Amino acid sequence: MRIAGLPLLAGLDRRAVTLLALLLIGLLFVPAVAGPYLLSIMILVLYFAYVGQAWNVMMGMAGQLSLGHSLYVGLGAYVAAALFVHAGIGPWIGALAAMAVATLAGAVIGYLAFRFRVGGVYFALLTIAFAEFTRIGFDHMTWLGGSAGLFLPVAQRERNDLWSLRGDPVMFYYVILGMAVTALALCRHLARSRIGFYWRAIREDPVAAEALGIDVFRYKMLAAMASSAMTAPAGVFFAFYYNNLFPEQIFSMLRSIELILGPIIGGLGTLFGPVLGAFVLTILAEALQEALQTLGWQIPGIKQVFYGFCLLLVIVFLPNGIWPPLARRLGLDVR
Amino acid sequence: MTAALEVVNLSKSFRGLRAVVDVEFTAAAGVVTAVIGPNGAGKTTLFNLIAGAIKPDAGSVRFGGTDITGLRPDQICRAGIGRTFQLVRPFAGLTVEENVTAGALMREPDVAAARVHANEILALLDLSDRRRRLAAELTLPDRKRLELARALATQPTLLLLDEVMAGLRPTETDRMVETLTRLNRERGLTIVLIEHVMRAVMALAGKVIVLHHGEKIAEGSPAAVATDPAVVESYLGAEVA
Repeated sequence: MRIAGLPLLAGLDRRAVTLLALLLIGLLFVPAVAGPYLLSIMILVLYFAYVGQAWNVMMGMAGQLSLGHSLYVGLGAYVAAALFVHAGIGPWIGALAAMAVATLAGAVIGYLAFRFRVGGVYFALLTIAFAEFTRIGFDHMTWLGGSAGLFLPVAQRERNDLWSLRGDPVMFYYVILGMAVTALALCRHLARSRIGFYWRAIREDPVAAEALGIDVFRYKMLAAMASSAMTAPAGVFFAFYYNNLFPEQIFSMLRSIELILGPIIGGLGTLFGPVLGAFVLTILAEALQEALQTLGWQIPGIKQVFYGFCLLLVIVFLPNGIWPPLARRLGLDVR
Repeated sequence: MTAALEVVNLSKSFRGLRAVVDVEFTAAAGVVTAVIGPNGAGKTTLFNLIAGAIKPDAGSVRFGGTDITGLRPDQICRAGIGRTFQLVRPFAGLTVEENVTAGALMREPDVAAARVHANEILALLDLSDRRRRLAAELTLPDRKRLELARALATQPTLLLLDEVMAGLRPTETDRMVETLTRLNRERGLTIVLIEHVMRAVMALAGKVIVLHHGEKIAEGSPAAVATDPAVVESYLGAEVA
């Protein structure tokens, strides 16, 4: 039974809508039942669900491997934070500026790569290079704190100020939940429209796509720009949630890798993969750390080892990610 | 008869190897023209030059009276030339229906309309029952049909077919010949095809062009070309005197 009327849910069967509604209701009630620790983890989960969705536009849909998405997170974070600290401009306006700057960066990298036909591994290297030299550049930008970091003013307030994103974790939780849901809806819309078909065609075979009248350069550019634009608000959120920014951290390659693990483990190119991957990875990693702490063991870097192990398991046993087989079992559309 | 495609003095070399040398021919509208020749004769290079996949060193290609030389493949497809690849290139991770819909989107206003058109073409090519399958799961004959379906979905006026019969069994070849004949007769589709299967060439072609070492060595009706001494020699080698 198909549900008509709501364009956002068009094409979903009743079962999928029910499960999505249950999940959303559950997530809406998380702050009511979760303590501060669990809430902080859930914020992290939704953060990775959001940013994974944004990365998946480029890799999962259009087949362009970016290993430098921390660039767009970092640019988004720094643009919005700098506007807030130096000009008193709030994060919602700041996010628009952040998206503009990130889109421009995505367009420049995309243009260089796609115009000169830098593909595959070399494209990935190019994205790393841009993130790395931006990191080094920001290290020396004293106006933005340089390597000593940029800090947002933290003040105890009477009540939450959503407009300036100053408030308690519950407010941040709902903001990132809203962002993750919006990203999912947007990606679903993109995937089902002309641009989604063209991206998938290019991902599968750019030469055949070209022979079908698809302007491959143009649609690759659109993918790079859409993905970088979507990634920037994650940086804005990061800046206002953590209140401090260090180039060493936010532009680090580790961050780029971290954010792509969710969609890869969840299921590349699927809509729900990034969400599922974020849940599974973040919660398992935190649980592991918690368990080790209870045992009194200090193992530095255990999280990275764990990520590596998860990746290995998925590659060996579920090469398409966790979501496709799970979706089939639940009787849902894989995409 | 008006010429749909005019190829004028087209040449292309790869590092000194002359793949296509001064080739000149016209394909009349509504006619099936076959390009034949031994392996390495430059047939696929000729197609790639026409379809924009590679740029010619010299010469020009005119389609429907306009010069399309040096345009990109997507622009040439927009102009109305559809093509298939010798080694089929299906979008393996997409379903059969999605493959054809991706092609149909070029001329259709939205995804819904493109899907409707795609399904008409799938029905025409007997692929309807496989439309939910991934292209990767298809057998070779079905992949060849999918390749043709996808090219047809772009609603071309000229179709370039690069060995769509290769690897097919005789019964499947007959089926393909029948499909192409129907497309040509019922829809007035102009077809230029590269083919090794002479059965198919004889059944389909109104005109045959023979390439050898990149040069056109003969041109004419299938019957005339088949008895041309130069053609026989290029295929079988020079007779020992």
